[in-house]
Amino acid sequence: MKKKDDNISAMSVPAVGEAGKTGDWRDMRPVHDPAKCIPSIKKKAACFLCWLYCPEGVIKATIPLEIDLEYCKGCGICAEECPGKAITMVNEGEKNG
Amino acid sequence: MPENLFKVNIEEYMLPGQRACQGCGLSLAYRYVLKALRENTILTFPACCLTVLHGLYPTTSVTIPALNNTFASTAASASGIVAGLNALNRTDITVVAIAGDGGTFDMGIQALSGAAERGTDFIYVCYDNEGYMNTGTQRSSATPMGALTTTTPVLTKQQPKKDMLRIMEAHDLPYLTTTSPAYPIDLYDKFVKAKRIKGSRYMQIAVPCPPGWGYAPKDTVRIGRLAVETGVVVLFEIEDGKFRFTGRSKTLAEKGNKLPVINYVERQGRFRKMSIEQLRQLQRWVDTRWNEYLKRAEG
Amino acid sequence: MAEVRIMTGNQAAALGAKLSYVQVVAAYPITPQTSVTEILSQFIEGGELKAEYIRVESEHSALTVCISASTVGARVFTSTSSQGLLYMHEQLHWAAGSRLPIVMCCVNRGVGAPWTIFNDQQDSISQRDTGWIQIYCRDNQEIIDSIIQGYRIAESVYVPVMICYDGFVMSHTMMPVEIPDAELVSDFLPPYKPHTILSPENPMNINPVLFPWRRANAEGVLCDGYMEMRYKLQKALDESRDVIVSTGRAFAEAFGRDHGGMVWHYKTDDADMVLTGMGSVATEATTAADMLRAEGIKAGVVGIRVFRPFPKEEVREAFGKTKAIVIFEKGISYGYEGALCSEIKAAFYGTDIRLPIHNYIVGLGGRDVKARELAEAVRSSLDAIASGDTEPAPKWLNCFTE
Repeated sequence: MKKKDDNISAMSVPAVGEAGKTGDWRDMRPVHDPAKCIPSIKKKAACFLCWLYCPEGVIKATIPLEIDLEYCKGCGICAEECPGKAITMVNEGEKNG
Repeated sequence: MPENLFKVNIEEYMLPGQRACQGCGLSLAYRYVLKALRENTILTFPACCLTVLHGLYPTTSVTIPALNNTFASTAASASGIVAGLNALNRTDITVVAIAGDGGTFDMGIQALSGAAERGTDFIYVCYDNEGYMNTGTQRSSATPMGALTTTTPVLTKQQPKKDMLRIMEAHDLPYLTTTSPAYPIDLYDKFVKAKRIKGSRYMQIAVPCPPGWGYAPKDTVRIGRLAVETGVVVLFEIEDGKFRFTGRSKTLAEKGNKLPVINYVERQGRFRKMSIEQLRQLQRWVDTRWNEYLKRAEG
Repeated sequence: MAEVRIMTGNQAAALGAKLSYVQVVAAYPITPQTSVTEILSQFIEGGELKAEYIRVESEHSALTVCISASTVGARVFTSTSSQGLLYMHEQLHWAAGSRLPIVMCCVNRGVGAPWTIFNDQQDSISQRDTGWIQIYCRDNQEIIDSIIQGYRIAESVYVPVMICYDGFVMSHTMMPVEIPDAELVSDFLPPYKPHTILSPENPMNINPVLFPWRRANAEGVLCDGYMEMRYKLQKALDESRDVIVSTGRAFAEAFGRDHGGMVWHYKTDDADMVLTGMGSVATEATTAADMLRAEGIKAGVVGIRVFRPFPKEEVREAFGKTKAIVIFEKGISYGYEGALCSEIKAAFYGTDIRLPIHNYIVGLGGRDVKARELAEAVRSSLDAIASGDTEPAPKWLNCFTE
């Protein structure tokens, strides 16, 4: 049921996906290999530079790593910064790895 | 290393699906700015990349209250929020003005100088991506010499970067600091510290911009790091007049192994027309300033 | 027994703001408005008014501070003139589009280039498109009263209000003013309830970019595009007319003074010829009307008190029965004619009202406007009309135009 806008001046409300599903922006997506991932190997909180450096905040610092592919823009910073080379950027349309 | 990471506030105030570019340096920095500032904050910012990041009506990507203002008026807008909150006896909220280099070094300088001179109790953040990026990379006074922009498309920018840090230092602020998204923990710690200080606090963030600077989005952190490694960006803070290096710059100052600026410049498309003389001038400027800072850190 | 004091227009303005318990003042000095800022500083630093005074570095920042302080929920005040008003021009649009109940005094002064420090109304009239309510005062009593009314009007329709009065002619001229009783004012002005929410309790992003089209929010509610938001401003201005009139009546009941609603009349019942204008020139016209009546010319005056929203119905009614209109204006829309003249003519469109309308540009840059000159202008208009010239080009009164 669509109601009308009662605001007399423009005030926006927070919500996910303001720019839509920004995962659609990607031409390459990050693929994670737990075998090379330091926290996954150590089975404890460690490294997580991918989480630190993600400009979108769509990486969860969990074991195994979780990347929200609905919103990941595919910038590739996580892959670039991972000291274990556990993340590879793969072309969209190709299979993982 | 993870110890530091997990001291950081884990709450995310920037929701996924926001409108910033792929690999945006501002986006990365902003995550940590907001984590440090937390909920009891009111933001105000002009028309700039941040406006777009915050999103278009009726949805916003940021869960902190924010007021948009006109391009020249950011620090005045913050002054008004502070005044209004004081009048209403709401003293528990941090007021933060945040603008790009255009809205700070250029059009916003009058309002900023005025607010700082009045000792307004607010934090002013300048995210410096060295150009008017939201309108497509036109030159600002923050653009370094030798850079190509759409308004310096053939000859490159002829003037050196305006030294906004010295201008703000002349306002006798209780806290002035430089930060970088390539060093998020240093940035986070400084914002946490700033939140507790009274008076006009000036925070500059050296923000790499993939489309504006001409490098691949995956290299934002690398470029940000190289800026610091070469001394083009120096991480420091001045608290009550006392200068100190922080983070990676502190290590570089102690070890004396900063890299030549060519390492930074050669990776960016915007510098492809930089002349040898301009490069030399940049190196000279970096070295002079670095030595000045070394002296200040000792004394 | 109400207190009556002799005071200047600027003193009246400062007192009006003080009585309205403004909470944030941000104002910049500019002739002839400067003493408003000084008197308010005295009130605040002297402890008579508990408010934040922000000594801004420009007029653009003055209105900006008012905008954001009002957004947070404080009652705000500023004042300016001429170049200062022009400098804050983008913020005038911003304040109206933000729907903030800001009250500002514009102490009318001509604009450069070349420089003038003296009175005309080009400054405020040229801002008529910005979405502010504009009230033009006749005397210093009306200044203090209109500021108080202004807050009540602004805070009920959420449209900013500009109280205009002539620089030097009123700002620096002393007149007797009855000071409204502070408690009565307090009863007359309920506390400001902001519609804007700028608070950690309910985080929102205020005044972001709007698309040209309507757009659904996360819950599927179709929210306004830019055009709808702007339509709401126009609608508010339309609806403010009734609020302005009822506020004037409520003020008259509480304080015993009625300044008229949208327009005021002087000897118009049997007038063959009506003079009109805004502010002190309209007051001067009443003396001219008396001079003309003494010669047997049935002249009257309709003073336009509220210029925005434009009092179309009142103008049709006020001028509908007369035989000619002479409009005296302290400004001109360059390239055409006086703005008030154009708007009065436009008000008659769609009706059967057809009558000669003569436009005189007077008093620019503070050139003195004397009642006898206005009377002389009317006489010459009557002659022109008698010889068939019903719509001459605007005449510049008492100005060397060869």
